[in-house]
Amino acid sequence: MEHAISLFVRSIFADNMIFAFFLGMCSYLAVSKNVKTSFGLGIAVTFVLLVTVPVNYLLQKFVLGPDCLVEGVDLSYLSFILFIAVIAAIVQLVEMIVEKFSPSLYAALGIFLPLIAVNCAIMGASLFMQQRVVLDPMDPKAITSIGDAVMYALGSGIGWILAICALAGIREKMEYNDVPKHLQGLGITFIVVGLMAMAFMCFSGLNI
Amino acid sequence: MAKLLSDKTREAFMGPLNANNPVVVQILGICSALAVTVQLKNALVMGVAVTVIVALANVVISALRNTIPGRIRIIVQLVVVAALVTLVSAILKAFLYDVSVALSVYIGLIITNCILMGRLEAYAMSNGPWDSFMDGLGNGLGYTWVLAVIAFVRELLGSGSIFGFQVIPDWCYEHGYVNNGMMMMPAMALILAGCIIWAHRALNDKEDKK
Repeated sequence: MEHAISLFVRSIFADNMIFAFFLGMCSYLAVSKNVKTSFGLGIAVTFVLLVTVPVNYLLQKFVLGPDCLVEGVDLSYLSFILFIAVIAAIVQLVEMIVEKFSPSLYAALGIFLPLIAVNCAIMGASLFMQQRVVLDPMDPKAITSIGDAVMYALGSGIGWILAICALAGIREKMEYNDVPKHLQGLGITFIVVGLMAMAFMCFSGLNI
Repeated sequence: MAKLLSDKTREAFMGPLNANNPVVVQILGICSALAVTVQLKNALVMGVAVTVIVALANVVISALRNTIPGRIRIIVQLVVVAALVTLVSAILKAFLYDVSVALSVYIGLIITNCILMGRLEAYAMSNGPWDSFMDGLGNGLGYTWVLAVIAFVRELLGSGSIFGFQVIPDWCYEHGYVNNGMMMMPAMALILAGCIIWAHRALNDKEDKK
């Protein structure tokens, strides 16, 4: 339990998807113009992460790892294709389920859902999970059970929401600022994200 | 003299190098661009890997474009790209093991690199294989030069070396010069990218006014 909580907190702050690994940067920069849509995208990303990371964890544990399916065969070279297929299929599925059962949520997320299949944060979380499965169980970063995988996905998603909402808030205020002409728009946004990443570096020694 | 490349092909190749650069103008493929640029060598390997993959994926998708059903095209594109990335990753592991360890998950993340999906959707789905190949090559090289610039600055100021060779002489260190450790951190990569975008826009704007 202690391990899962530590994993959760670390993935929000110290191993933040945006500030430590630059994952999901494209949609992060493109969508963070106002807080409301940013929050919507953040929720969608967290939702998809929560489904795909545990599923890919089970795949890694019971199909791809060495000696899992057939004695003496390591299928991990198939992981890219399998992970991306799972992600694309689940995104499609999630889209259909949400459309059926919650049209209002679908209307809010609608445009973002199909894009999430190609969001690096989703694929990145699965690939990091794959690296962490083989770590020593005592390592604070290790993912040793399905519960850990869920906690890691949830933490990463919340960290992503935190980052995108913070940036959107700053960008809303920045509309009225006097920025040098050629730096306007994305140039200044990069510098703002850089400063935010610097602030997040103070969490890097975090230990629970 | 017969022209080697038609105007359209030339435009497909040259456009992304400067005026329509995928990284600094269209802001695509930022994740890997920032993460792998701590050392120049890694950045160049990554750039070459992306160039090869985007060029080949463009050719494959462009050749198949009339047979892919519209509704499932994203999945088809992802599978083609994933297969190519698996190949490149295996080749890197075999011949450049230390670089492939340093690049870690970012090789796998080429699959979800926005440059690839963007070019496949915007160009390969509606143009012939040869033009698509040149377009992929141009975009890959446009991506590579931006990576090389960021990595050059970060490696020079962050660890005082280029391609792993020390270029800042020892007497500088003896007289109190210290490497800027901040350059190795993710934060400075973002700020540097912001500055490159700034410079690029300012320069291109001047050219427009002439």
